[in-house]
Amino acid sequence: MMRVFGAAALAAMLALPAAAQGTLKVGIVTVLSGPQATLGQQLRDGFALGVKLSGGRLGGLATEMLVVDDELKPDVAVTRVRALVERDEVPVIVGPVFSNIMAAIQKPAVDGGAILISPNAGPSTFAGRGCNASTFVTSYQNDQVHAVMGEAANTDGYRRVFVMVPNYQAGRDAAAGFKRTFKGEVVEEVYVPLNQLDFSAELAKIAAAKPDAIFTFMPGGLGINLVRQYRQAGLANIPFLSTFTVDESTLPATQDAAVGFYSAADWAPNMDNPANRRFVQAFEAEYGYVPASYAAHAFDTAILLDAAIKAAGGVTDKEKLRAAIRSTPFESVRGPFRFGVNNFPVQDFWLLRVAKRADGKFQTETVRRVFEANVDAYASECRMR
Amino acid sequence: MSTGLLLVQILNGLQLGVLLFLIAAGLTLVFGVMDFINLAHGVQYMLGAYLAAWFATLTGGFWGALALALPAALAIGLVLEVLVFRHLYDRDHLDQVLATFGVILFLNQGVRAVFGAAPMQVPTPEALSGGFEIIPRLIYPHYRLAILAAGLLVALGLYLVINRTRVGMLIRAGASNAAMVSALGVNIGLLFTLVFGVGAMLAGFAGVMAAPILSVEPGMGDNLLILTFVVIVIGGIGSIRGAFVGALLVGLADTLGRSFATDIARGILSASAATKVGPAMASMTIYLLMAAVLVARPAGLFPAKRG
Repeated sequence: MMRVFGAAALAAMLALPAAAQGTLKVGIVTVLSGPQATLGQQLRDGFALGVKLSGGRLGGLATEMLVVDDELKPDVAVTRVRALVERDEVPVIVGPVFSNIMAAIQKPAVDGGAILISPNAGPSTFAGRGCNASTFVTSYQNDQVHAVMGEAANTDGYRRVFVMVPNYQAGRDAAAGFKRTFKGEVVEEVYVPLNQLDFSAELAKIAAAKPDAIFTFMPGGLGINLVRQYRQAGLANIPFLSTFTVDESTLPATQDAAVGFYSAADWAPNMDNPANRRFVQAFEAEYGYVPASYAAHAFDTAILLDAAIKAAGGVTDKEKLRAAIRSTPFESVRGPFRFGVNNFPVQDFWLLRVAKRADGKFQTETVRRVFEANVDAYASECRMR
Repeated sequence: MSTGLLLVQILNGLQLGVLLFLIAAGLTLVFGVMDFINLAHGVQYMLGAYLAAWFATLTGGFWGALALALPAALAIGLVLEVLVFRHLYDRDHLDQVLATFGVILFLNQGVRAVFGAAPMQVPTPEALSGGFEIIPRLIYPHYRLAILAAGLLVALGLYLVINRTRVGMLIRAGASNAAMVSALGVNIGLLFTLVFGVGAMLAGFAGVMAAPILSVEPGMGDNLLILTFVVIVIGGIGSIRGAFVGALLVGLADTLGRSFATDIARGILSASAATKVGPAMASMTIYLLMAAVLVARPAGLFPAKRG
């Protein structure tokens, strides 16, 4: 599962085996097999585009991506991360997509001397007491996104909301995150099995409960089934508030059924800033599909590394590199960006709505800003060591 | 709970039941007639859905996809039988489980290589895109009624073929005592191939019918396969009638459990405990049903009579 980027990088390595200063190896840990592989591809392609637009050299170092597939299995991920830090001696690891993988690889990666930068997973474990100087998250703390939806529901005057999530940790976290900011009444909480196929029974309950809106978190195929069946059941006049359910990774399958449904995030493809316009255009030209937040955050991570390595003058001094990552400004695709005390971003969050573009493809688009320069709920517990 | 809601949930349960029946019919025949455990049966369902998605983009509609996907599913079933499964009939069950599990891995990864990891979709046929409003604000789509009708028609057709035709008689005889049927001069190999092909096509048909309401993605058949095994164990191995009754029971039990378990738990427990216990109870319903049936009738409800 190794992919070598840039013949130039390879040539440079062959010519100068001892002098590694001119080259940079970045370990990419992402999911490339199984039903969630679409998300893993987004992450890999986003980072690869960032390297390409930096001329194949992050911070002036010829960059080689060592891409490994974590198979969404913590044990597999740990073995492959050990190989990255021990055999390949990578100074930086970028990944993964899923929080349970992040929990498994953080210690082997950091103990092995690497700096871990997660462009998607942002579990609370590493945001509060477990924060770490060599661990960065460039997306968000997971709870923030659900809290954005709760706040948006308040502003839009929804008093009675029906909550439906899968019956596992992330699902229960989503419901808790939403309820933390939502001030109205949760008329019913439904927990469905993670392998649920058909939502007809739950849709009938929603219709019977007559809520002002529903809140749901249904990642991957679950969300596709729900969105299409929700539309088919004629419930689309009840606002569909969701997180990680309708995004550019699922929209090619849900198509028109998802138009008008809501999501929450720190980024959307239509954000109007020069960095984002350049990113979206180049991404679609290179890979032929619309980028989702997985790709955007990975792209940002590459651009951040480019700026930080330049500022630190290479990757040999780890202290200097960590400090540079924390403080070097870079042009993020989501506009203003900075790290908080726990190495998680302090940034704005938006309410998004699914729209059909003029070219017939689908994307989420910003409706309004919900939180400004939002700090996650765990940052105050962090004593950085 | 209103009668309208109950009616909708019963319809939902029956519709899940007929979908399960379409898959279980083939599985129970293959298991019963050939004594062959085919874990790869769920993959046939997935292939049906993928073929539908592919042909839908080629022909631009559901009906064209249906017309092309059925013979294609039959052909794939026959090819798999000749290439792989035929060589496993005389092996013991563990070998069969291993080999057919390998086929699952191979084909799940295969569709990913061919069609990509991203889920695909099939449009609902235009003529069936409307629905009835049974309870206020909830539309019961015509398409779901069409699934119900199609499943019942297939059940009727299978019933007539198995009980009223010569081929059906041979299949019933094969399920009771395959060696004796073979000794009487019947080409049992050809009969097996036929049963296998039709079973694969029925699973493919279930996949085509499910494609407009479910997401078409690698591994979509794996969860359904477990339910299908529950169905044939409840119904009795080798019995189409058993598969039909078992499928409807499982469909109803699963749907009604999901709909009302939390409400029932709320009557006994506090609200927060009920939201934890309810979903757990709902996931257990069908397995409790299976346990109850096995206690009362260890061979299932309608077992094929063994000679």
